[in-house]
Amino acid sequence: MNEQALRSLIEAVREGKVTRRDFITALLSVGVAAPIAGQLLMHAGIAQAQPASAYKATRRGGGGALKVLWWQGATLLNPHFAVGTKDQDGSRIFYEPLAGWDNDGNLIPVLAAEVPTPENGGVSKDGKVITWKLKRDVLWHDGKPFTSADVVFNWEYASDPATAATTIGSYKDVKVSAIDTYTVRVEYAKASPFWADPFVSVRGMIIPKHLFEAYKGAKSRDAPNNLKPVGTGPYKFVDFTPGDMVRGAINPNYHQPNRPFFDTIEMKGGGDAVSAARAVLQTGEFDYAWNLQVEDEILTRLEAGGKGRVNIIPGGDIEFIQFNFTDPWTEVDGERASIKTKHPILTDPAVREAISLLVDRASIQQFIYGRTGIATANFVNNPERFRSKSNKFEFNVEKASQLLEKAGWKVGSDGVRAKEGKKLKFVYQTSVNQPRQKTQAIVKQAAQKAGIDFELKSVTASVFFSSDIGNPDTYTKLYCDIQMYTTTMTQPDPEIFMNQYVSWERATKENKWQGRNITRWQNDEYDKAYRAAEVELDPIKRAALFIRMNDLAVQDRAIIPVVARPRVRASNMRLRVPESGWDSDFWALQDWYREVSAA
Amino acid sequence: MTFPGTYVLRRVLIAVPSLLGISVVLFTVLALAPGDPFGELVSNPNIPAEVAASLRQKFGMDDPVLVRYLRWLAAMLQGDWGFSFASRINVSDLIMQRLPTTILVIGSSQVLALLVALPVGVYAATRPYSLFDQVAGTLTFIGFSLPTFFTGLLLILVFSIELDWLPFVYKSDIAATGWRFYWEHFKQAIMPVTVLGLFQAASWTRYVRSAALDVIKLDYVTTARSKGLKERTVIIKHVVRNALIPVVTLVALQLPSIFGGAIVTEQIFRVPGIGSLLISAILANDTPVIMGVTFVLSCLVIGFNLLADIVYGWLDPRISLS
Repeated sequence: MNEQALRSLIEAVREGKVTRRDFITALLSVGVAAPIAGQLLMHAGIAQAQPASAYKATRRGGGGALKVLWWQGATLLNPHFAVGTKDQDGSRIFYEPLAGWDNDGNLIPVLAAEVPTPENGGVSKDGKVITWKLKRDVLWHDGKPFTSADVVFNWEYASDPATAATTIGSYKDVKVSAIDTYTVRVEYAKASPFWADPFVSVRGMIIPKHLFEAYKGAKSRDAPNNLKPVGTGPYKFVDFTPGDMVRGAINPNYHQPNRPFFDTIEMKGGGDAVSAARAVLQTGEFDYAWNLQVEDEILTRLEAGGKGRVNIIPGGDIEFIQFNFTDPWTEVDGERASIKTKHPILTDPAVREAISLLVDRASIQQFIYGRTGIATANFVNNPERFRSKSNKFEFNVEKASQLLEKAGWKVGSDGVRAKEGKKLKFVYQTSVNQPRQKTQAIVKQAAQKAGIDFELKSVTASVFFSSDIGNPDTYTKLYCDIQMYTTTMTQPDPEIFMNQYVSWERATKENKWQGRNITRWQNDEYDKAYRAAEVELDPIKRAALFIRMNDLAVQDRAIIPVVARPRVRASNMRLRVPESGWDSDFWALQDWYREVSAA
Repeated sequence: MTFPGTYVLRRVLIAVPSLLGISVVLFTVLALAPGDPFGELVSNPNIPAEVAASLRQKFGMDDPVLVRYLRWLAAMLQGDWGFSFASRINVSDLIMQRLPTTILVIGSSQVLALLVALPVGVYAATRPYSLFDQVAGTLTFIGFSLPTFFTGLLLILVFSIELDWLPFVYKSDIAATGWRFYWEHFKQAIMPVTVLGLFQAASWTRYVRSAALDVIKLDYVTTARSKGLKERTVIIKHVVRNALIPVVTLVALQLPSIFGGAIVTEQIFRVPGIGSLLISAILANDTPVIMGVTFVLSCLVIGFNLLADIVYGWLDPRISLS
């Protein structure tokens, strides 16, 4: 999709020819996350959808206990130290950001009075200054008022490297100041089309200045309130056992009327995903369970009891296959897969194309992932096509064989194709995870028919995903020919996501394999487009550049998308949960309620 | 028997180098193991590499293993166990939080095991190869052949899912008061305690039976019987006391190791005990917590060894400790 196509698509949304949701889906399929797509619409002056709240309870409290199960318990409750989503979710019970993302990429105000837009003066003309108007009459759980000083403090706290906040990336390049008690000015170093990052969503939760002021910087670990959160959220802190239990009780002064519905909340941690699903779907001991990485077949069986349901929430995670563009079997200066080498076979585009034809995505969805992995023809470049439901991801052994034949790869006596003494034999690695091993087997089988031999390798997840420099089996080292894992769009802004294919980010011994470009793919046009996007002020032009980059990487078959991995959650039949694939599970915890009778 | 003061002192002194050796081995193994507590930070592109680097530096993880070990040892000697990388709170606090639940669940299961093993073992020994002995023998074989993860899941399937009588998620803090509080605690503890207790009881029953059988054949038991003592008195006063000697050693030595067995059971029932703390620390590469927990375990093993020897002397005055 080029800039023109993108502009006309935005116009189509304005004229109502394309729904907002379709626009979001369309952009997602070219690698642009829903929040970014939402911001593009906002920039174009298209008003956000005003989603009607489905909240039906008419008074605060009286809902009894809400029991939720996270099979990895929260280990800390300071959102600025959060290591994984479990910690962000635990913190989000008590702390709130200025705004959060709904499932359609709408920015929904929480502690902000309204979402900044160019119309209300919240977004400056040059796009460098964002002015947030804060909600008045919000009280911290200890009764102190919430003001702009708290917001400014969070920026000082998180951006101080000595604090060692994991949120530092969102705060280090901005300047924040208070205009008055309820107005905050955020200044960006350059025009930032994606400005809704600091103070928004999971990295935007605000902690109180009056309790953390003394613990900024090196003393951050000593703050007693790291373990006893005092926030503005719908529930007040009761007690916390790291890795096991977070408990909260209703906040009688919550700033939204008639909310929350439940009197207490219990977030239990530990155990495994299957039994978590069981506790919600089969015995009803718990109301909600997080991240059910369980085979769909089992989920369907548990669901049959009728006590709970499985919620599938689309997000930006994609299971994909990466090719190695360097030679993993030759050592240069003490480094395998060095960028000074070239992969002897995979640099042949015909081979990469053939392998992509041999990934039977339909079967992988049908037989392995079910509802929890949707076969994806993702990253396509035709706006007409991604709007149609009949997207085809091609699986064609015949065509793959022909392609290889034409490129000079002839079948040898052992059934494996070869050319100039080089055989089509590859090592295909992934982490130990049952669906992944099954996927490997499906791909291997198809490849065999086309004369390609895959040696399957699986590495324990804790090693595969580690950054251990001494271990040859980590995914960033890529000491194999092809590998597969899930890439997560943790940050909506594509600038960070898309540096995965720029040449200066190639993972090497020199950068301790922390470079983000793992395939070591290199393309001059891509590099130029990325540099251009970094300084592009017009958000639509910038988005078009990112989409172009995506196309370059996908069309050149640096990667093969396999299945999209939506979020999988289980909830009680009567529980109503506003879900979002772009924010914390608890992004709208205040709106959770229980229906009197199951619908 | 006089209290063997010098003996205890000598044993404690011997324990010091063994504990040191254990800590060196533990530390080295953990240092060599793959993985990094900040792996998630490093692989997250939103977090600048400097943050993970500064955290590593702040927590002193880039120093050589020897320096780290000596620092850990020095702090440990002063009672500072360090703090968890994952939750940034003190290891001792983490362990203290988990200890009551562990003692409650493991302690009850040990008591249950003894309550089953002693009477069944002794009774079986008094009537060897009777029907009771045969049945008990078969059951104990089944008992210790079935791993706890199997019996645990079986109980959950029957009592939670089919019958819906018992909860299978253990909660250490229950929001209830009065008798309901105790009732809820009792209900949720039934399954984990049964699983652990019966597993332990199975092996202990075999020991009690064979120990009692050895004693029952001895001449002094025949003498006691011929004196016209009641069978009850003979068994309790003369047989059991002597048969208990090897059993005590066994029980004392197995007390610390049951913590290891509890790792699996705690995971199945989500019991927030030391075992689940250890396993989550291992998964998160949280070295200070792993060190803390394993070191406590080693101390317990050595401590209970000593205890077993002392109790031994008390039970059997013929054994001299000095």
